[in-house]
Amino acid sequence: MKHCLVVDDSRVIRKVACKILESLDFETDEAEDGPTALDSCRMRMPELILLDWQMPNMSGVEFLRTLRREQNGTRPIVVFCTTENDVGYISEAMSAGANEYVVKPYDREILKAKLAQIGFG
Amino acid sequence: MSPADLRHLADLLHRRSGLTIGADKARLIDSKLLPVAQRFGFKDCAAMLAELPYPQEELAEAITEAMTVNESSFFRDRAPFEHFRKHIVPALYVRRAHKRRLRIWCAATATGQEAYSLAMILDEIGLAAEGWKIDLIATDLSAAAIARAKEGIYSQYEAQRGLSVHALVDNFTQENASWRIAERLRRMVTFRCFNLLDHYGWLGEADVVFCRNVLMYFDAHTRAVILRKMLDVVAGDGMLVIGDKENAGPAWTAEAVRGVYSPNTASLVERKTARAL
Repeated sequence: MKHCLVVDDSRVIRKVACKILESLDFETDEAEDGPTALDSCRMRMPELILLDWQMPNMSGVEFLRTLRREQNGTRPIVVFCTTENDVGYISEAMSAGANEYVVKPYDREILKAKLAQIGFG
Repeated sequence: MSPADLRHLADLLHRRSGLTIGADKARLIDSKLLPVAQRFGFKDCAAMLAELPYPQEELAEAITEAMTVNESSFFRDRAPFEHFRKHIVPALYVRRAHKRRLRIWCAATATGQEAYSLAMILDEIGLAAEGWKIDLIATDLSAAAIARAKEGIYSQYEAQRGLSVHALVDNFTQENASWRIAERLRRMVTFRCFNLLDHYGWLGEADVVFCRNVLMYFDAHTRAVILRKMLDVVAGDGMLVIGDKENAGPAWTAEAVRGVYSPNTASLVERKTARAL
């Protein structure tokens, strides 16, 4: 079973995302901010990370740049899931090392399609 | 909805578009037709359906259009598009090298996502840059759907349903919360209203026909008639691509239908016996 870490400061969004991912046969873990997510990755590097942009302590982009420098940090597929839909944000996320980008709100169909595109079909 | 109203509606749709509907869709029918009833000044759907035995042309057209299915998304089902990219185009690249021209028909394009998906693939392969002429024709019964397709503007939801972020950024420009298809792709596609029951003569010969997720809405006889007409349009070494739910029935097995690609058969087969259908 593939392992996904959901990083979002909203508990509701984490729960919804985990529910969708579990319906797609993922094992899930949650982190409410960047530092907690980095600790989680150091303990167990997931195959997939769903990542929010605006979070306290560390932004999604800061988390991603730090992650990519970690040992095995290039391994997870990282999908930004954010309300920021401007093309400038998208470019910044991709430059930081994101593999895909989903604008909130999203549903199971969109997430399933995105994950299929990046090899989780 | 009374059985008589449903029968009149089914007759109208079948006559004008070949579509079939069942009694199990009564609630869906109501929700689709209520805006039409309001637009034409009827107090509800039942009052409008009472007119159906002798409807005015404008009303009949509006009802037919409202009942058509315009569900679409970019690179829907993925496999047919991968097949197009990896097998169909490379094969035609060799076979059409002498005339450097490809003619492709999207037979039920709805709001244009399928046609633009093909345009993106062809643009990426770069045939036009090598001097190839690409005729990409996209048709649909619905005038409203064709108008949207021509406009080429999609909501965030529509855009990210099927498009990778790279495809989105490379092929669209952002307009507030929407995304507009790049002009170079929009110009690649010729959109036109067309009823699959009409004559196909204007189409000429097509190297590839995409007709996906539409034949399943027709009854077996209409499906067979349309299939036969489409196979007459497809070049002898061309390809008809159908949806993965559309190869049910004796006329749709891989053994009987040659030159037809469906994800279910997942194979490219010889077309020469197709005309035996």
